Amino acid sequence: MEHVEGQQHPIGLYLKVWLLLFVLSTFSYLVDYFGFHGYLRWTLIIVFMLLKAGFIVAIFMHMAWEKLALMCAILLPPLALLVLIGLMAVEGDYTYVIRALFFGAGSVPVEHL
Amino acid sequence: MTQSSRASTVAMLPTTENFQSAVVSRLHDISEDWGSDIDAFKNVPWGKAMMWIFLVSDTFIFTCFLTSYMTVRISTTVPWPIPSEVFALTIAGHHIPLILIAIMTFILISSSGTMAMAVNFGYRRDRAKTAILMIITGMFGATFVGMQAFEWTKLIVEEGVRPWGNPMGAAQFGSTFFMVTGFHGLHVSIGVIYLSTVAWKVWRGHYEHTNYEIVEIAGLYWHFVDLVWVFIFAFFYLW
Repeated sequence: MEHVEGQQHPIGLYLKVWLLLFVLSTFSYLVDYFGFHGYLRWTLIIVFMLLKAGFIVAIFMHMAWEKLALMCAILLPPLALLVLIGLMAVEGDYTYVIRALFFGAGSVPVEHL
Repeated sequence: MTQSSRASTVAMLPTTENFQSAVVSRLHDISEDWGSDIDAFKNVPWGKAMMWIFLVSDTFIFTCFLTSYMTVRISTTVPWPIPSEVFALTIAGHHIPLILIAIMTFILISSSGTMAMAVNFGYRRDRAKTAILMIITGMFGATFVGMQAFEWTKLIVEEGVRPWGNPMGAAQFGSTFFMVTGFHGLHVSIGVIYLSTVAWKVWRGHYEHTNYEIVEIAGLYWHFVDLVWVFIFAFFYLW
């Protein structure tokens, strides 16, 4: 029997995570179904989203068992994207304010007609 | 190129005559240094490292799409169409918000589960179970694409959504929706072809001389497609 390098984990673990993903998806759907609004809605949506993403990457994609060198190479570069998202949120907000000033909030700007 | 000839080329100043060979020599230096048989990722099959690097680049593409969606949605002064109403379906007389998207989400998660099992059976060298589970995964994926085609048809034909406008609100809804979900659907479609190919080869015993890490590599791609959907679901449908 040759040495197996691959990732081998008990099937029970996959089944538990699978079930958990189903439950989390149901929760995120229910957030919309019950019509939560404001900060509560966003907190719930983001928490469920990050939990789901975390379980998929850590367990299904085996990141939890990889060496730190690979983890850093894969997980650190996307952090740069947070800067892009932050910048564009500020920029989008600025554009909105300028448009509201010129067209009046709620009115239909010329470019949308 | 031999050691002595390279040393002499490097020693020479890059005049017009030997400029080209000097450039080639310097490039050769770079490739030798960077490829000097150093394993950065120990005990990781190279295919897996390459798939991860591809997925990181794909992460950047999808984030750019979702960020541009966020930017136009924040900046528009026209009300955004309400997703939970746009994507509602009437089933057996009941008007259920976002139900199609919820079913699509569950289908994609189911496919991730069967894929994880396929990877597991792959490492146990159980070819039949691996291939069957991969085919089931691919069929879930095909179902997902089918439902997406249904959703697109409904939006285009019944709701009149176009990339340049729609009757429900902000014009940017159509362009960002078709771009983001279209690119994701393309990934799922390619994934179905990819998984079917690997499943067929597993069935034929094509990978008997390996440790079946190819199943895990294909699985990484598939789980990534599911991962992207988690973000699209949260930001496009639940916002």
